[in-house]
Amino acid sequence: MSFMQINDLKVYYPIRGGFFNTVVDQVTAVDGVTLEFEKGKAYGLVGESGCGKSTTGKSIIGLEKITSGSIIYEGQNVTHNRRGRGSSYNRDIQMIFQDANSSLNPRKRVQDIIAEPIRNFLKLSPDEEKRKINELLAIVGMNEDAKLKYPHEFSGGQKQRIGIARAIACNPKLIIADEPVSALDLSVQAQVLNFMKDIQQEFGLSYLFISHDLGVVKHMCDHISIMYKGRFVESGSRKDIYTNPQHIYTKRLLSAIPDVNPIGREERKKERIEVEANYAANHKNYYDETGKVYDLKKLSTTHFVAMSAHEKGGI
Amino acid sequence: MNSTEQLLSINNLHTGFRIKDTYFDAVDGVSISLKRNEILAIVGESGCGKSTLATSIIGLHDHNKTRVEGEIIYKGINLAKLDEEKFNKVRGEEIGMIFQDPLSALNPLMRIGHQIEEGLAFHTKMTKEQRDKRVLELLTQVGISNPARIAKQFPHQLSGGMRQRVIIAIAISCKPNIIIADEPTTALDVTIQAQILDLLKDLQAETGAGIVLITHDLGVVAEVADRVAVMYAGQIIEEATVEGLFTNPLHPYTRSLFNSIPQMNSENEKLQVIQGIVPSLINLPRTGCRFSTRIPWISEGMHEENPTMHEVSPGHLVRCTCWQHFHFESEEGGITR
Ligand SMILES: Nc1ncnc2c1ncn2[C@@H]1O[C@H](COP(=O)(O)OP(=O)(O)OP(=O)(O)O)[C@@H](O)[C@H]1O
Ligand SMILES: Nc1ncnc2c1ncn2[C@@H]1O[C@H](COP(=O)(O)OP(=O)(O)OP(=O)(O)O)[C@@H](O)[C@H]1O
Ligand code: SF4
Ligand SMILES: [Mg+2]
Ligand SMILES: [Mg+2]
Repeated sequence: MSFMQINDLKVYYPIRGGFFNTVVDQVTAVDGVTLEFEKGKAYGLVGESGCGKSTTGKSIIGLEKITSGSIIYEGQNVTHNRRGRGSSYNRDIQMIFQDANSSLNPRKRVQDIIAEPIRNFLKLSPDEEKRKINELLAIVGMNEDAKLKYPHEFSGGQKQRIGIARAIACNPKLIIADEPVSALDLSVQAQVLNFMKDIQQEFGLSYLFISHDLGVVKHMCDHISIMYKGRFVESGSRKDIYTNPQHIYTKRLLSAIPDVNPIGREERKKERIEVEANYAANHKNYYDETGKVYDLKKLSTTHFVAMSAHEKGGI
Repeated sequence: MNSTEQLLSINNLHTGFRIKDTYFDAVDGVSISLKRNEILAIVGESGCGKSTLATSIIGLHDHNKTRVEGEIIYKGINLAKLDEEKFNKVRGEEIGMIFQDPLSALNPLMRIGHQIEEGLAFHTKMTKEQRDKRVLELLTQVGISNPARIAKQFPHQLSGGMRQRVIIAIAISCKPNIIIADEPTTALDVTIQAQILDLLKDLQAETGAGIVLITHDLGVVAEVADRVAVMYAGQIIEEATVEGLFTNPLHPYTRSLFNSIPQMNSENEKLQVIQGIVPSLINLPRTGCRFSTRIPWISEGMHEENPTMHEVSPGHLVRCTCWQHFHFESEEGGITR
């Protein structure tokens, strides 16, 4: 049973302009996303840059206004009160931000950045708080001497780890992880991913895992959704997506994954260009007249693909 | 165009940050060169000094808190000693930089189009009209589908990947001789990533630019690089052609790195992690083997006292000789490769 359901979520951004800074246009960032979260499961969200992944994440935790649709958390409709101070939703749903740099307050020391959620939600004595912070730093593989420093004194990857330490501080139920490891090198990435899996098992944590790295997504996620222009083109189990992709965009994405082997790269480039050409020639069949992704149709209990109403079975 | 022509030659570069009253080198004696038409990849653990190396080349750091020593020779001049005014000309026109952190590299209060145009106005003789046209052209080149709208927007209104592409557009706008790309595609999906890498290669074919590509995506390195330098704790510990490094990685750190890649068909296994953590700048060991604490099962006697680079085969350089005796902890002792 899922503990949280997102129904037909839409988020539009107004575009202001002109003399009086009035709304002249809007950007449809998220255009009808439906998702549910089960305890202890990891959900991957992959897709074109700018397709609405971060907006989906930010609107779930309450940093963006929801235009329409609903979020049901443990049976409660929380669509319009996601950010209540001290509310359990606020504590249980945490986010690791894509842009570690701008999500860390430059004027605060690392220890205060990490302590923020602890102070908001856990009542700890100063000693306990100190121990907790040391523990969190150890978990993300950082020295204790980091505590007194400011964000600008760290490399990109180190900053990302500070963001992770803050997100896991209060044992959340769902972590929205927006490119959590893309700034990390391989060994630290391995360490963070192993750790994310460990706490997932230990605490029954769920993830919405946003990433461009299809190797990492495959490693981490049970269920994967492929997003394009604010909508899902395909959604399925790891096996469905990697061994039986149906939508032309999914296929295109899979063919562009770089291979860790310099030998044969010229041939791979040729293949990639072929898939691209095929996409350019045929992608119109996969979207409606306005370029919008069709609604998802069920192929199996786990596998859903966007296709037009008169399409039957596999495309 | 002569493809073996040396474009950039870095000799014994030290870049240190001042912490209290002492300078600590984040780049600690790096020597490397870049040829025309070449893609040199730099990989290494987070915090090992890759971005510091990049900002040293382009002269962008807080002069009051940073000390740069050594040589960065470009067209016969030492960039490490160049004054700020002259450097302004070099930046953008001769050397373009794609920053790791797009948000802080863009002016939050300036429209995207204007930010791209600014460089063109400073470095070229184009008219306003030509510049406007070039802005849209550049945005299209980096795969932005509605350039006219995006040009009018502000950085915070763009997704992470779109901002990254704007930075790339700025970096390539004046067709520089050297492009330094610090994690240029990390924020991008794989199809746009492929498109950007192809774009950089096309641009290179056109202008013969040399590209320094900083990334931790070994897949990207395998797909585009000609040569690779692996850094650890401020130093280069291995340097080779891309084939040489991927078919025959030698240094214990390089081998460990390859071991940590999530394999496409190993979903539920634990990933391999290098023991211990990268020491912070202040605690960095400055003598002896810097990696030895991460491989404690290798006895002290195996490491060189002051590891230096050795040419193992033509063009393949490795720091120290202990790699000859290295084995992973899980393996039996002896030479296992
Ligand atoms: N504050 C905003 N105002 C206007 N438009 C916005 C705003 N934030 C995002 N957008 C637009 O919404 C769309 C979705 O952006 P979002 O950041 O969710 O993409 P994303 O899928 O996370 O992309 P990336 O992979 O590049 O991070 C983009 O077209 C973007 O330009
Ligand atoms: N302005 C600064 N002041 C003090 N220390 C700094 C500064 N910038 C970087 N450092 C330190 O210098 C070292 C090298 O940092 P650098 O940003 O070059 O690493 P990097 O290899 O680019 O890492 P990443 O892969 O995480 O981006 C790190 O230990 C970092 O904490
Ligand atoms: S002794 Fe040399 S080869 Fe061995 S780990 Fe150290 S630096 Fe590397
Ligand atoms: Mg995003
Ligand atoms: Mg860096």
